[in-house]
Amino acid sequence: MRSRSREFDSSTLNESVQNTIMRDLKAVGKKFMHVLYPRKSNTLLRDWDLWGPLILCVTLALMLQRGSVDSEKDGGPQFAEVFVIVWFGAVTITLNSKLLGGNISFFQSLCVLGYCILPLTVAMLICRLVLLAEPGPINFMVRLFVVIVMFAWSIVASTAFLADSQPPNRKALAVYPVFLFYFVISWMILTFTPQ
Amino acid sequence: MAAADDLAFHEFEEATNLLAETPDAATTSRSDQLTSLGHVAVAAGTGSSYGAEDEVESDKTALLQAEKPQPGFWTFSYYQSFFDVDTSQVLDRIKGALLPRPGHNFVRHHLRNRPDLYGPFWICATLAFVLAVTGNLTLVLAQRRDPSIHYSPQFHKVTMAGITIYCYAWLVPLVLWGFLRWRQGVQERVDPYSFLETVCVYGYSLFIFIPMVVLWLIPVPWLQWLFGALALALSTAGLVLTLWPVIREDTRLVAVALLSTVVLLHALLAMGCKLYFFQPLPLEQVAPPAQVTSLALHTQLPPTLARSMGTS
Repeated sequence: MRSRSREFDSSTLNESVQNTIMRDLKAVGKKFMHVLYPRKSNTLLRDWDLWGPLILCVTLALMLQRGSVDSEKDGGPQFAEVFVIVWFGAVTITLNSKLLGGNISFFQSLCVLGYCILPLTVAMLICRLVLLAEPGPINFMVRLFVVIVMFAWSIVASTAFLADSQPPNRKALAVYPVFLFYFVISWMILTFTPQ
Repeated sequence: MAAADDLAFHEFEEATNLLAETPDAATTSRSDQLTSLGHVAVAAGTGSSYGAEDEVESDKTALLQAEKPQPGFWTFSYYQSFFDVDTSQVLDRIKGALLPRPGHNFVRHHLRNRPDLYGPFWICATLAFVLAVTGNLTLVLAQRRDPSIHYSPQFHKVTMAGITIYCYAWLVPLVLWGFLRWRQGVQERVDPYSFLETVCVYGYSLFIFIPMVVLWLIPVPWLQWLFGALALALSTAGLVLTLWPVIREDTRLVAVALLSTVVLLHALLAMGCKLYFFQPLPLEQVAPPAQVTSLALHTQLPPTLARSMGTS
C-alpha cells in the first residue's frame, strides 16, 4: 500500500524483491500472450523489454544442445552459435529496417523479433517430446508439421507488429529478412537429432 | 544590412509555414533554396549575365533532382542513402541481372546512379543459408537411399558458406574496382564504375545461383551439371556485358585478361560450392569434413577447396 501511494515520488528501490520480480515477470507474461494471440496492438512496442527475448534465446539454445557429440565439427549448432545467430540476426534485421526508413526504434524492433521466437521455442519443446518416441517417417512428418505451423505463426506475429512501421512500397523489403531469420531458426529446430 | 535582415526574416517565416503544412517534409529543401539563392547572388556579383543564367539553370536541375549535400560517412543518413530503394526497384534489378541483354548495360539502365546495398547484402545472406540448407538436405535424401550414411546437421557449413560468399561478393569487386581505377589512371577514357556499383553488379549476378542451388537437390548428376552450366553462363554473361563498355577502349591484352579472370573466378565459385556442399555421397562417406574444414581454415578460397576435394 505504501509503495502505491508513493509511486510517483519514490523510486522502486524500496519495494521488496518479490514485487520487482513479479512485476517484471507479469510484463513478460503479458507480452507472451500478445505474441500467442497476435492482433494489432502497441503493447510490445510501447513497453519494450529484452528479458523475454533473453529467456527465449537461452531456452532455445540450451534445448538445441546435443550433450556429447561424436565429432565436434560435424554436429548441430553449439550454444554460442545459436546465441550469435539469434542476436546478430535480430540486430541486422533491425538495422536493415531502420536503414530502409522505418520509424521504429532499435530496441522496440529487437523486442518484437525476440518475443516472436516464442512459437518456435514451443515447437522445439514439442519436437524434443516427439523425438522421445520411436524414429520413423511419421515422427518426421509430425515434427515437420509442427515446425511449419509455428514458423508461420512467428511470421504472422512479427509482421503484425512490424509491418506498420514501414512505408507501403518497402514493406516486402523489410519483411523478407524476418522470413529468412525465422526460416534459419526453424531449420535448426527441424534438423535437431538427439544422440 | 537591413535588406539582408529582411531576407532572413522572410525565409524563416516561409519555412515555418511550410513545416506547419507538411510536418514531415525534409527541411533540406529549404537549405537547398538558401544555397541556390546564395549561388545566384554570387553569380550576379561576378557580372556575367550568361554565367548567372547558366548557374540558375544548373541549380534548377539540381533542385529538381533533389540533390542533397552528402553527409559524412560517420552519420547514419550516409548509409541510409544506400538503402533508398523500393520493392519494385529491387525486383527490377534482379530481373535485369537474371536476363542480361546485350544492349542494356546493367549499371546504366537499372542502377541509374543509385546503387543500393540492400540487394547485394541480402542476396549473399540468402545464398549462404540456401547453400547450407540444401547441402544438408542432399545428405538427408542420400541417407534415405543408403542407410549406411551417417546424417548430421553439419552446422559448420553455414559459417563456411557465409564467409566464402561474402568474401567473394565484396573482395572481388574491391580488387576489380581498384584495377579499373588504375587502368583509368594509365589511359584516360570512360568513367569506370564506382565501388558500390561494382558491388551491386556482383551481388545481383549471384542471384541466379539461388534457384540453381535449390535445383541441385535433384540427384541426377548430368542434370546438376547442366543447371550449373546454364546458371553460370547467364551470370557471367551479365558480368561481361556490364564490364565490356568500360574496358572496351583498353588494350586487347588487358581486356581479354580481365574478362577471362572474372569468368574464371565465377566458375571457380560455382564449382567450389558444388564440390564442397554437395559432395558425391555414396562414393565417400562424411569422414573428410574434418580435413576439409582444417584446410579451409588456412585459406578460404574455393579453388583450394575444389583442389583438395578433387585429390582427397
